[in-house]
Amino acid sequence: MSANPQHTPYHPRWYRASMPIFWWMRRWIHARFILRELTSIFVAGYALVYLLQLRALGLGPEAYARFLDLLRSPLSISLHGVSLVFVIYHSITWFNLAPRALALRIGDRRVPDKVIAGLNFVAWISISAALAWVTLKG
Amino acid sequence: MEMLSHDILIVGGGGAGLRAAIAVAEIDPSLNVAVVSKVYPMRSHTVSAEGGAAAVIGPDDSLDDHAYDTISGGDWLPDQDAVEAFVKEAPRELLQMEHWGCPWSRQPDGSVAVRSFGGMKIERTWFASDKTGFHMLHTLFQTSLKYDPIQRYDEWFVTKLLVDDGRCQGVVAIDLATGKVHGIRAKAVIVCTGGCGKVFPFTTNANIKNGDGMALAYRAGVPLKDMEFVQYHPTGLPFTGILITEATRSEGGHLLNKDGYRYLQDYDLGTPEPQPVLRSMELGPRDRLSQAFVKEQEKGRTLQGPYGDYVNLDIRHLGEKIINSKLPFVRELCLKYENIDPVKELIPVRPVVHYMMGGIHTDILGATPLEGLFAAGEVACVSINGANRLGSNSLTELLVFGARVGRAAAEYASRQKGNGAAVAAQAAEEVERIERQYLSGGGKGDKMVDIRQGMHAAMESGAGIYRSKASLQKSAQEISNLQDRIPGIRLDDSSQTFNTELVAAIELSYMLDVAEAIIASASQRTESRGSHQRTDYPDRDDNDFLAHSLAVRKPGAAPTIEYLPVTITRWPPGERVYGR
Amino acid sequence: MAVDSLAGNAAVVAGGEMVTLEVFRYRPEEETEPVYQAYEVPVHKDWVVLDALNHIKDHLDGTLSFRWSCRMGVCGSCGMMVNGDATLTCATFVESLLPGPIRVGPLENFPVVRDLIIEMNDFMEKLESVKPWIIRDEEKSLEDGAYLQTPAQLADFKQFSMCINCLLCYAACPVYGLEPSFTGPAVIALAQRYNLDSRDQGAGERNAILNTDEGIWQCTLVGECSVVCPKDVDPAAAIQRYKVSSTLQWYQKLLMPWSGK
Ligand SMILES: Cc1cc2nc3c(=O)[nH]c(=O)nc-3n(C[C@H](O)[C@H](O)[C@H](O)COP(=O)(O)OP(=O)(O)OC[C@H]3O[C@@H](n4cnc5c(N)ncnc54)[C@H](O)[C@@H]3O)c2cc1C
Ligand code: SF4
Ligand code: FES
Repeated sequence: MSANPQHTPYHPRWYRASMPIFWWMRRWIHARFILRELTSIFVAGYALVYLLQLRALGLGPEAYARFLDLLRSPLSISLHGVSLVFVIYHSITWFNLAPRALALRIGDRRVPDKVIAGLNFVAWISISAALAWVTLKG
Repeated sequence: MEMLSHDILIVGGGGAGLRAAIAVAEIDPSLNVAVVSKVYPMRSHTVSAEGGAAAVIGPDDSLDDHAYDTISGGDWLPDQDAVEAFVKEAPRELLQMEHWGCPWSRQPDGSVAVRSFGGMKIERTWFASDKTGFHMLHTLFQTSLKYDPIQRYDEWFVTKLLVDDGRCQGVVAIDLATGKVHGIRAKAVIVCTGGCGKVFPFTTNANIKNGDGMALAYRAGVPLKDMEFVQYHPTGLPFTGILITEATRSEGGHLLNKDGYRYLQDYDLGTPEPQPVLRSMELGPRDRLSQAFVKEQEKGRTLQGPYGDYVNLDIRHLGEKIINSKLPFVRELCLKYENIDPVKELIPVRPVVHYMMGGIHTDILGATPLEGLFAAGEVACVSINGANRLGSNSLTELLVFGARVGRAAAEYASRQKGNGAAVAAQAAEEVERIERQYLSGGGKGDKMVDIRQGMHAAMESGAGIYRSKASLQKSAQEISNLQDRIPGIRLDDSSQTFNTELVAAIELSYMLDVAEAIIASASQRTESRGSHQRTDYPDRDDNDFLAHSLAVRKPGAAPTIEYLPVTITRWPPGERVYGR
Repeated sequence: MAVDSLAGNAAVVAGGEMVTLEVFRYRPEEETEPVYQAYEVPVHKDWVVLDALNHIKDHLDGTLSFRWSCRMGVCGSCGMMVNGDATLTCATFVESLLPGPIRVGPLENFPVVRDLIIEMNDFMEKLESVKPWIIRDEEKSLEDGAYLQTPAQLADFKQFSMCINCLLCYAACPVYGLEPSFTGPAVIALAQRYNLDSRDQGAGERNAILNTDEGIWQCTLVGECSVVCPKDVDPAAAIQRYKVSSTLQWYQKLLMPWSGK
């Protein structure tokens, strides 16, 4: 089935508005979205640091000690602080979205969104706690 | 003039039009079928229907019961052969909708659920929650997309049927986006343009329901059948006409006049009880309730608002909890579209025009007396609805008679050769007429809104719930005066691009023609039957009027009315019994 | 629904409070750039923005053009930008926007045909492209009766079947604004509506169409579509779930190439 199969001789002139570069500044929800997109840079940053850490470990104890020193520098600590905030923001928005992607069902009843998101948060916090316990204990 | 061409052209993309298009495509894929619609098909008014669609499904139900409910509900005016065909094919059609994906509400075991509905003795109304028409229309539209032979002209507005050599051979239509007027040839034309509620001031009908198809056929010399039968629903919101369902009253809502008095007790409708009693007071039949409103109005006991008289529907005593659990949609409609909270406020209501029983005269296959012209849906009158349609029969009618008309037109079209040459000349003439009458600018006459308000006032006062010889005569005169003012109408807009004012002006001229037919048919029927109530002839008269009226247009004069006997097969006329 | 034309009669106004509507005007025969035109309309408790527009059309300026039909939020015709928000004008009370001025424009991200009327054939073509109909390997004949579908199975797709094609979600989606090739929220939700229907077997066919850059993967999850949707269709959820199931299918193919489908 095709709409308007006949191309008419006088096709009207349409007005097309283009998106301004700063479209996302016009609405808070869009700004928040751009912010969330930005957080992925920090997530990537963490991954990079982790890779560097592995590399340092591979290079031997001295290199690793140097790497740890670097991590203790005030610059690195403040960077980590900022990153932590962004990554937590990223994680929270991520887990809040989880129910959107998942429609779980037990018997005939659909699991409420809050429960799915809640379970995600519980899992996240307990795994983080367990990791923290293992690392800090050692 | 260059013309587009199709084997079958369907005017209207609502439930009836789409069902017809699919029927054509299925029966003969070699036929080239096109659907012309003034709005995108999924915007058609079928989308607003809420309640459901009737068809026999349960083991304790029978086709005869459905037929009897329909015939007695229609006050013995339906043609019984048509009703028998209708109830027989109804279950298959609704089942077909199920196979096409319509999300019918279900029972726990997965079979289709049915509910009860006013005037049906047994539960046989299939429903898709409270959005049945919406789901049916979208299912039909989406399904129609899979058939390649079906082409569409979306947002094209039909202004004329082309008739030559005693045959309907196409239409003239405006492509709204470009303003270009096209002639479209076809071997068969099916009109499925829906009802005409907008002829009246207060209606549940959408802005697009202007009786276009009725007027198109009427102007082409085709009779309009049973036009005096206009259904009112007793409880609509006065400003918007939004329908407040019967469920509000069955849950225990009260109708109050301006003194807060349950006035229905004065009209032989029982005595007020604290709990709702079936078939008494607020649960009386639709027409009786609408009539009581008028009587109350005459006594000066209704309230006056900016949009005319009204009474109040009170459900506050039910409490927020019951309202939210049992009547959520009512609350949503009031809140979202009329800014009233029924938990705390009285709901203003009044009778509103809801459905047109009459329409283009067709036979049981959907063929009109004009060769090549077919019709189905609310625009047509087969007739299965007689003097009063039963709720939930209409959606089913779209399917049953949409499919029938599609098959009949396909069969007819495959027998036809080409078109006559005169058709192109006629199309060119129509193009010129539109240009001259509406777009040449400088019209210094009336504003459209004045004519429309005049029509509304004439119809409401003269051809409303109660009619009389005097009221009808007066309205006939007013409508005729308004018709004379159409050629001098003043349009602000002379643009080619999406000229909605032009469309509205042509629609207004359609509505006036339909109004003329309603009034003339109502004047001639000197009896009261179903929705047609004459104060000067309060009784049913089977001797003279067990017959369909046929209004035939006489340009420049009142239409002539002829009568066609009702087809009776098995159910001789009886009394229409309610509440006993 | 019908708005009685009497309603437009200024004589019935009580109190006489007025509000200014600034309405987007674009008349392709006269101007290349749109302008905003101001109109004064009376305030009524029960008027929605659409009623105010109709008042203008009836009494002030017959050339103002817009689409509408049902005035009860179900036909999907009357979507516009009101004070920058994509909304159904038949479901937005003037009273809630006082003191004004109220700015009314055509839906964003679409070409404008005229005034408040947008061009939407692009959407119609996309809608058709995802095969929104029941696809079966083998059709069941009508003689064999209805498919069984439990209320729970119905609930699986019901939400995604509620879309009225009002296009508010497209107007709210910056991805569609930047990249008009994006299939877009409502159409993907519609594809999901059929994929999740227990009677349908066409998910594979639709996946081939939607598991693409123009399809689900263009969505960056802004989520605005679900916020503006007047029918709670939640197209963002439809897209997310689509991404998950496509990914799972991809892994399944990778790990178990023999598993078919
Ligand atoms: C609020 C409401 C609730 C209802 N509830 C129920 C219910 O529960 N059960 C029931 O059985 N019935 C119900 N009805 C009645 C039923 O919905 C209608 O009778 C039915 O939908 C009409 O369908 P149709 O296909 O004939 O016309 P429509 O759906 O009105 O379609 C008409 C088509 O014709 C096109 N058209 C019109 N004029 C032109 C023109 N000049 N040029 C080109 N195209 C044109 C339009 O674009 C449209 O596509 C209800 C009606 C209303 C108003
Ligand atoms: S998904 Fe919602 S917002 Fe988008 S078109 Fe459908 S109803 Fe409108
Ligand atoms: S007019 Fe139909 S959705 Fe607003």
